[in-house]
Amino acid sequence: MTATPATRRPPSTALALAGLGLALVLWVAIYGQLQGTAYYVVSLLPLAEGSHAQEALRFFFYDVPKVLMLLTLVVFAMGVVRSFFSPDKTRALLSGRHEGLGNMLAAGLGVFTPFCSCSAVPLFVGFVSAGVPLGVTFSFLIAAPMVNEVALGLLFALLGWKVALTYLGFGLAVAIIAGWVIGQLHLEGWLEEWVRKVRSGTAVVPDETVTLMDRLQAGWTAVTDIVGRVWLWVILGIAIGALIHGYVPADALAAIMGREAWWSVPAAVLLGVPMYSNAAGIMPVVEALLGKGAALGTVLAFMMSVIALSLPEMIILRKVLSRKLIAVFVGVVASGIIAVGFLFNALFN
Amino acid sequence: MKNVKILGSGCKRCMDTAAMAEAEAEKLGLAIELEKVTDYADIASYGIAATPGVVVDGKVVHAGGLPRPEDMARWLKD
Repeated sequence: MTATPATRRPPSTALALAGLGLALVLWVAIYGQLQGTAYYVVSLLPLAEGSHAQEALRFFFYDVPKVLMLLTLVVFAMGVVRSFFSPDKTRALLSGRHEGLGNMLAAGLGVFTPFCSCSAVPLFVGFVSAGVPLGVTFSFLIAAPMVNEVALGLLFALLGWKVALTYLGFGLAVAIIAGWVIGQLHLEGWLEEWVRKVRSGTAVVPDETVTLMDRLQAGWTAVTDIVGRVWLWVILGIAIGALIHGYVPADALAAIMGREAWWSVPAAVLLGVPMYSNAAGIMPVVEALLGKGAALGTVLAFMMSVIALSLPEMIILRKVLSRKLIAVFVGVVASGIIAVGFLFNALFN
Repeated sequence: MKNVKILGSGCKRCMDTAAMAEAEAEKLGLAIELEKVTDYADIASYGIAATPGVVVDGKVVHAGGLPRPEDMARWLKD
C-alpha cells in the first residue's frame, strides 16, 4: 500500500477560485465564437449554399458545443447549490408540517436537495416514518426528479430562459397540487405493510464540516457524473434534431402536434411514460419539432411525462406503495401534466 | 474490533463507500467487521433519509452521498 506523502497538501481555495474564474472567462470567450466557427467549418465542405445538408450541418456544429457548454455550466452551479442541502435537513424541515404550505416547501426543497432515484425508497420511508405527511412526501418525490438540472439546463440551452423558467414554475405547480390531492385522499392505508410498521425515529447525523473547496468539488463531481452520463445522448439527439431542421418542411407537424390538435397533449403524455433514460436525447429532437409547428405546451407536457412518470421509478416505488396507490399517483400526476399542456397552449399563442 | 455497517440497496455509491471503508481500515492497519445492509426495512430502521449510510458500532455517522476518505478514517479511528 502506498500512502500519499504527508507533504502533499490539497490545492488551496484561492488557487481553485482563480482557476474557476479563468475557466469562466474562457467559457464566455469560446461561447461567443461558436456560431462563427460552426458556419466556417461548414463552409469548408463542398455544399451548395442554402442546401438542406448545409442547414442541417450548421445546426449540428453550432448546437453540440453550445448545448454541452450551457449544460456543464448549469450542472456545475446546481452541484454547488445542492451542497448546501441534504435529505436529512430537508426531512427535518418538513416533518410535522401541515399540508398546503408543507406541499409548497417540499416541492421547492425537491429542486435543491441532492437526490438519486436509487435513494428513492429509503427517502420515502425515512420521510413518512419521521412524520412527514404522505402528500407532502409526494410533492417532494414528484418535484425532485421532474425539475432537475439536466431538464432545466437543456431547456435553457435549446429554448431560452423563459421556457426554462416556465418549466420550473409549472413543474413545481404540478408537484404541489398533485401532492396536495394525494394528501386529501388519505391513502396512508395503501402503503405496503412493512412501511407502515417502520417506527424508527430519526437518526441525528453529526454535521460534517463542509468547506468552500468541498462545494466546488461537489459541483465538479456533478459535472463529471451527469454530463459524463448524458453527453452521448445529447449529441445523438442534436443529430436527429439537425436532420429535422434541415429536411422537414416548416409546419409539417402543425396538424398532429400543433395547438389545434387537442388530443396531442394526452397523447404526448402517454408516449412519454415508457421513455426514461433518453430524456437528454429527446429534448434536442423536441426542440427541432417545435420549429416545425409543434405547440410548446404539448412539447412541455411530453418532457414532464418523460421525466416524472417513468416505469423504472414506478418499479422502485412498488416496493413501498401498493398497486392502487401507484395508480393514483400516476393518475394525479398525469392529469396535472395534461392540464399544464392545455393551459400553456391556451396562454401562449 | 469495530463493526461497520454500510446501509444501501446496492447502488454504485454504496459499493464505493464499502470499498472506501475497507481501504481506509487497511491504511490504518485496523481490523474491522464490515457489513452491508441492503434490506429496505433494515435500512429504514436506522432512521436515515438518504443512502449510503455509515454506521459505526451501532451509531449513524453519515447519511447520503459518498463520504470523504478522511472522514471515513476518522470514524474508524475514534
